[in-house]
Amino acid sequence: MQHTATQDTLVGLFVAAGIAGLFFLALQVSNLSSFGSEETYSVTASFESSGGLKVKSAVSAAGVKIGKVTAIRFDPKTYQSVVTMAIESQYATLPEDTTASIFTAGLLGEQYVNLEPGGSDDVLKNGSKIDITQSAIILEKVIGQFLFKSAEEKAQGDKKE
Amino acid sequence: MMQFFQRLGADTRTSFTKLGRATYFLLATLAGILSVLPRPRLLMNQLFSVGVLSFLIITISGLFVGMVLGLQGFYILSDFGAEESLGIMVAASLVRELGPVVTALLFAGRAGSALTAEIGLMKATEQLSGMEMMAIDPIRRIISPRFLAGFISMPLLAALFSAVGIIGGQLVGSGLLGVDDGSYWSQMQNQIDFYDDIINGIIKSVIFGFVTSWIALFEGYDAIPTSEGVSRATTRTVVNSAFSILILDFILTALMFGDK
Repeated sequence: MQHTATQDTLVGLFVAAGIAGLFFLALQVSNLSSFGSEETYSVTASFESSGGLKVKSAVSAAGVKIGKVTAIRFDPKTYQSVVTMAIESQYATLPEDTTASIFTAGLLGEQYVNLEPGGSDDVLKNGSKIDITQSAIILEKVIGQFLFKSAEEKAQGDKKE
Repeated sequence: MMQFFQRLGADTRTSFTKLGRATYFLLATLAGILSVLPRPRLLMNQLFSVGVLSFLIITISGLFVGMVLGLQGFYILSDFGAEESLGIMVAASLVRELGPVVTALLFAGRAGSALTAEIGLMKATEQLSGMEMMAIDPIRRIISPRFLAGFISMPLLAALFSAVGIIGGQLVGSGLLGVDDGSYWSQMQNQIDFYDDIINGIIKSVIFGFVTSWIALFEGYDAIPTSEGVSRATTRTVVNSAFSILILDFILTALMFGDK
């Protein structure tokens, strides 16, 4: 009987270790612990271009992640990109005139939405729309403008001489 | 020429009858699981020999696979100055692919071959026929508990493999090579999704456990009852399991991660 008891203990330990492994994966490795059943409210913002923004991209304010992008769609009437964001309810104090801009983390990093609070007394509610937005910087455009500008300056310089 | 067609026809017929026997065997095994449930002792014994005895090889392999991923990933990523992404690289490759696949291959080699040899020998020494003579259904008594044990053990072993591997990657990455510990974990947590990555990995390992146990038990049960037949059946178990695991893995990956 001693033998079966040891065997049972070992089987029990094995199953417990397996389940512990699963829990480890769920809580330590994946994003299940953050934003699990957290209450959120959603706001939208229209951008001229949302660049490389993706669903699940971070929404942050003052460098702290406070929510994520839940949907991005193209508005066929205004030809703009409408980004829906879910923001944690504990941060429901963002003023109505908050500015939303799309920034890049580092030079080649992921793009994210940065919210900069304004000074209004009214706050953003579920379904509100952020009016002041700043589009993603598209590197090709910037380089194109820079090249065009420097070429123009050179041409003007040539004329003067 | 005629002989070639005759051979082809015979081979086709043999493989189809084998497939039919295997399907019938699987259905009988699944039906037999119901009669295992009231006798947990049978299942416990098999969980011990299939699961517990595979524990060591799985954890040690997992640790070293994770450590190698940490080293190789570091060398590649540091070329791009992206060592901080080591955590996501190690975790994604383990949770999505290496965890389920390598565990299944090791499981087929460690537990599957043992199952085939055991059942093949039972058949060769006429223990199975002896049971039938005593009106004990060998499928319900011998096969079903082993099948259930394999089916239960696989996802647990795969989860352990991934977990230990991620810790191994962290040991090498932040312990040896100086990747920041915080960014190792935080990048991982940002990028690995519970449903998309971890649950899909577990689904994979459940399917692999099902297929590996089925192949191992069927090959043993279907073995020619001689010492040579048992040895061939054991080889076939390992080869066929490896093939099915790798082919299924490709199909499952295409289905699960295709829309990204």
